[in-house]
Amino acid sequence: MHEMSIALAVVDQVDGAARPAGATAVRSVRLQVGELAGVVPDALTFSFQLACAGTALEGADLDIEPVPARARCGACARIWPPGMPPRLTCPGCDGTDTELLSGRELQIVRVCWHDTAPHPPISQER
Amino acid sequence: MCRVVDLQQAVLAKNDACAHTLREDLAARGTALVNLLSSPGSGKTALLERELTLARERGIPVAALTADLATENDAVRLARSDVPVKQILTDGLCHLEAEMLGGHLKDWLPADTRLLFIENVGNLVCPASYDLGETLRVVLASVTEGEDKPLKYPTAFGLAHLVVVTKTDIAEAVSFDGEEFRANVERVNPGVEVHLTSVRQGVGEGVLLDRALAARDGAPVHIPVMTRTSHHVHDDGEPQPCDEHSADLGTVASSRS
Repeated sequence: MHEMSIALAVVDQVDGAARPAGATAVRSVRLQVGELAGVVPDALTFSFQLACAGTALEGADLDIEPVPARARCGACARIWPPGMPPRLTCPGCDGTDTELLSGRELQIVRVCWHDTAPHPPISQER
Repeated sequence: MCRVVDLQQAVLAKNDACAHTLREDLAARGTALVNLLSSPGSGKTALLERELTLARERGIPVAALTADLATENDAVRLARSDVPVKQILTDGLCHLEAEMLGGHLKDWLPADTRLLFIENVGNLVCPASYDLGETLRVVLASVTEGEDKPLKYPTAFGLAHLVVVTKTDIAEAVSFDGEEFRANVERVNPGVEVHLTSVRQGVGEGVLLDRALAARDGAPVHIPVMTRTSHHVHDDGEPQPCDEHSADLGTVASSRS
């Protein structure tokens, strides 16, 4: 199960961004996980809780935004959902010049953290 | 106070940056890395031993690292080829990562190595997510594993530059349908080459070595659909440094929560 390694990578990157910015505690992390990213959201959520222990992320929520896969045929321009297991040849013309429009995302989108230092007004929530 | 920060970073950015650095460092010394992935017992070691032996006979400098959770058995087998071989013990980790690999190569990899073969941990799930800086990613499946293996493990087969079927000498005994297997590979990775091999019968001897050498010498490598994304989800923004943790995060944007 590599979701623990993925979770540790998330914690490492968020911690690396939050600490220098003066964050005291991270409240939530939003991730995009593509349908074809090869990551199981439930396993990642479980691992994330463990990976956060003892860091600035302890107790943070992991908010996973699933991204459906979409493919486009270079020959006939048809767009289709490849499904699982994915069909990456064109269901219309059997073409193989396929482009994946989405579905491989594994991206930290947004982080919400508490900090003590005063910041410019645009970054504050009352 | 709560700040919302649009971080927009690939989760595997650090691994990808390390892999990128490794690929460039290896290329600068004339070495190409070949990453071998398969389930346990599909015949990675047997095929690799044969190809390493062939390389030595042809006078091509090659080396191999083999990764397992435990035992040095595979390194002992590969060392029979008489080329430089090293065992990586992952202590339970189910895959290799680029930084880990870089550490093992340091002060070990002979300078004249043209091809470095990495026998990844036997696992078709986790290793698929980690770029090791390879020039060629090869996914193997033995005839005993069934024709639907590419559909069950679409990420692994979908990201392969080359697919190799092993143990074809027993294909008939296990009723392996090669055409169905090829069709399933084509579904998840259109256009990828599939080669049949049998170490026992000498089928496909040298195919792996020849393809790896061609890739090393700049021949075009198959581009899997799964990597033909409209935006490079793993390569957004500035590359992160490989050795330090997120040293360059000066560009994070803030927004109202």
